[in-house]
Amino acid sequence: MEESELGRKRKLEKVTVKFAGDSGDGIQLIGSQFTVSTAIYGNDFAIFPEFPAEIRAPAGTTYGVSAFQIQFGAIDIMTPGDEPDALVAFNPAALKVNLNLIKPGALVILNIDEFDEINFKKAEWNSIIKGEENLDEILSKYEVIKVQMNKLVIDALKDVNLPHKEKLRSRNFFALGLVCWIFMRPLEPILKFIKENFGKKPEIAKANELALKAGYNYGETLEIKHKFVKIEIPKYKFEPGKYRYVSGNEAFALGILAIKEKAKIPVVFASYPITPASDILHYLESYRNFGIIALQMEDEISAVNTAIGASFAGALGITATSGPGLSLKSEGINLAVMTELPLIVIDNQRSGPSTGMPTKTEQTDLLFALFGRHGESPLIVIAPISAGDCFYSIIEAAKLSIKYMTPVIILSELYIAMGSEPWKIPDINKIPDIEVKFWKDGSKFYPYSRDENTLARPWAKPGTPGLEHRIGGLEKSHIYGRVSYDPQNHDFMVKLRAEKIRRVQTDIPDVEVYGEEDAELLVLGWGSTFGHIRAVVERAREKGWPVAHAHLKYINPLPKNLPDILKKFKRVLIPELNLGQLLLLIRGKFLVDAVGFNKVTGTPFKESELMMAVEKELMNMEKEGKLSKPIHIQEGRFEEKEKGGAVKHATA
Amino acid sequence: MQQLEEKNISQVVINYTPKDFDSGEEPRWCPGCGDYAILNAVRSAFAELSKELGIPKEKFVIVSGIGCSSRFPYYMNTYGMHGIHGRAPAIATGVKVANPDLSVWVVTGDGDGLAIGGNHLIHAMRRNIDIKILLFDNRIYGLTKGQYSPTSVMGQITKSSPYGVIERPVDPVMLALSQGTTFIARAIDRDIKRLTEIIIEAGKHKGTAFIQIYQNCVVFNDKAFDDFAGKEVRSERVIELKHGKPLLFGKNLDKGIIIENGRPKVVKIGENGITEDKITVYDETDFYLNFVIATMHYPDFPEPIGIIRRVKVPTFEELLYNQIEHAKKLKGEGNLQKLIDKNSWEILPS
Repeated sequence: MEESELGRKRKLEKVTVKFAGDSGDGIQLIGSQFTVSTAIYGNDFAIFPEFPAEIRAPAGTTYGVSAFQIQFGAIDIMTPGDEPDALVAFNPAALKVNLNLIKPGALVILNIDEFDEINFKKAEWNSIIKGEENLDEILSKYEVIKVQMNKLVIDALKDVNLPHKEKLRSRNFFALGLVCWIFMRPLEPILKFIKENFGKKPEIAKANELALKAGYNYGETLEIKHKFVKIEIPKYKFEPGKYRYVSGNEAFALGILAIKEKAKIPVVFASYPITPASDILHYLESYRNFGIIALQMEDEISAVNTAIGASFAGALGITATSGPGLSLKSEGINLAVMTELPLIVIDNQRSGPSTGMPTKTEQTDLLFALFGRHGESPLIVIAPISAGDCFYSIIEAAKLSIKYMTPVIILSELYIAMGSEPWKIPDINKIPDIEVKFWKDGSKFYPYSRDENTLARPWAKPGTPGLEHRIGGLEKSHIYGRVSYDPQNHDFMVKLRAEKIRRVQTDIPDVEVYGEEDAELLVLGWGSTFGHIRAVVERAREKGWPVAHAHLKYINPLPKNLPDILKKFKRVLIPELNLGQLLLLIRGKFLVDAVGFNKVTGTPFKESELMMAVEKELMNMEKEGKLSKPIHIQEGRFEEKEKGGAVKHATA
Repeated sequence: MQQLEEKNISQVVINYTPKDFDSGEEPRWCPGCGDYAILNAVRSAFAELSKELGIPKEKFVIVSGIGCSSRFPYYMNTYGMHGIHGRAPAIATGVKVANPDLSVWVVTGDGDGLAIGGNHLIHAMRRNIDIKILLFDNRIYGLTKGQYSPTSVMGQITKSSPYGVIERPVDPVMLALSQGTTFIARAIDRDIKRLTEIIIEAGKHKGTAFIQIYQNCVVFNDKAFDDFAGKEVRSERVIELKHGKPLLFGKNLDKGIIIENGRPKVVKIGENGITEDKITVYDETDFYLNFVIATMHYPDFPEPIGIIRRVKVPTFEELLYNQIEHAKKLKGEGNLQKLIDKNSWEILPS
């Protein structure tokens, strides 16, 4: 952190802000508007919304808290941040659940009008109710701004013709205005949003606009009265181009539209509502004018089978779900493996087993995606590494699924399904076409003949004269595709299906190593943890530690060069949000003495804990004499001080 | 193999005989199985439908689940998918929405369609997607060798109910009625002429067509329907439903059904002042009448056979494609670049 020469404005390289309140407080709305303003201001950012599992949990309760976290900065931001530097809490419950999560010295903005006995009771804040401690003591470690938001909003809206209760609903915009002032965000994009979205209700639009401006102006009074200063986050040097922000779910939906355009075949998306995948269905249903066929089916099983039926008929069948739904789809996926039809199954992983914690994130379906079906059932597994990557991953999945006539599972995760990041908008014209070859020639047609390179069988769609044929779940004879119980044929077909998936290796990129030259410890991740691991490895390397990062997006088949990469390092550390699933695979497949760093808290990694894991492993290596140069790490030395820093210091 | 290959060569003229729908695969059903009769009926019906509606062979798709009946697609020279247990209606739904131009048929059984696949059957019916569902009902699990099924009768002794079935059976027609199915019929395997006619009518129907076919399992539940379906008793114990015609039955058509206080009643013409004009005239579009007739079962009543219900309702795929066209008119044909560019901002080169 450095002080600006211009005066009292403080400069920070990056900052993490969290808004928290009741699910009815409009937290997600102001979060997304703060994000838009941040984007237009020119910072890089990553966001993560948190929803309560209950739809309308009783107001003021801890389990009804909805939150929105954003990290933004002048540097490349890869995660939504560990501990917030600033928290806006709309009620005691929102403060209570976040108190342990924020940084010491953080800026805490409270709507103090809601901090009354009733709300402390609703939040079950017993120590305060019993008088064992008071709010000021609890918050002594923080920089606190108590704002009478209810009163200030009512004052600001005195000329607005709305009932009192309705006026109070604009509190979120007041808070947003204040936070925009603190971090010097422009109000124009938010005012534009208000005009566009509340235009039909002019009084509400007016209320929100006035509240926003009142919050912003309140910042000015803070500056004068309390010498509080604005905080400047210099702009990030984005690559020139068009940007938007996108969540993983929206990126999947847009990717599916791109598939339809590039493959020039019908796309049938059949799905059943499940958290956190339903948004893909919502988006696609709203894109009817793109000619996309999106269907809400009666259950998960129907969804996958409808998709398979569509693929049989010459469309591309796609379905999306989360863990419990993937369990139900196993049998259907196997039918696609056996009939060798294209199919894409999106699995937005969430905390399990069983219903688990549906609004929490995890990477626990890896082995299930690979092996969770009866029989030898190979298929392609792709794990997108960021929200924006979901767009490219599903296009890639379509290409491979059609080329190799095989189902593909896309292992995404709640964290990137719901989280967002700035996304450089692709030029759709530059995305190559997806090649589709339907078999036409009736004189040379055998349903289980093979392309000699890919080993794919022909795609012969109903309606084509002369290609009438029958497929199904029973084992079929090689080439002719007749029902076969022949032992040698089965052995041959099992191996052939496995070999077909192995050959996909020729179509996937090699795994790249970040910082390979001198490194001795490889941190190997997969899927959604990319941002966290890369941020940590970057910092470790800045310290001069011999660490490298490789990240797997293709889980099956694994990239061709992976065994060679693994051999180059003295140790492989595999951080995962599970109990070591990739670890088991890597150890089992390559006889590599990899070690895991695992947690299953339902939350993404924190950069700090990953950093400590890297540090610990380097110390182990040093003790074992496995490092070529000593690195002098002191135990417990690591602290989150180098960049960012708490906002507290920003007050004069 | 050679024979198969030759058969697959396209035929241009739509003048098929039932034999043209023979895939050349030899059926693996038990000798005497009712499925053979149904297979012949379907081949004849398809040949007829091709001529009448101009459907070339390559536009027929048959989807099945698991069970004896579900081997059916292998024996038909059409496109076919032998799916997984109970899921045929879902697979068929995918086929139909992907290409509404196809004539899509589902072959299922009482176990496949009413137990493990009950949910998909219900939802296909209520959507009115244009698929034709042939439910081979033999009141037993055949392929797993003789366990009771959802249509097995109370007290039925089977391998899994040695002391008798203690579950009440599903009535497939009542189920179909409850879901607003737009074509519902019942047929008997051995009355192959009538069965063929009903399949043809199903093929012409736009929307979900459901046919319950009483099918004899010669090995595990032989003679299950003989009490009313046997040739020598059939005319007295079965009533043929005919739209617009009085509900008459009996060898001499001297018996009939009247509806009294909302309930069906068997009457004899000439007795108690009953004349033919008193007999209820069947209306396949009258839901309440369809429902009352569907409650009739042998031995309390003659078993109703034929088209129980047929109404015209827009199909699922029509509504779906109309909605797509409507959305295009409303919002304009989707432009992906424009959609992605929405809410974007530009970073200019510095």
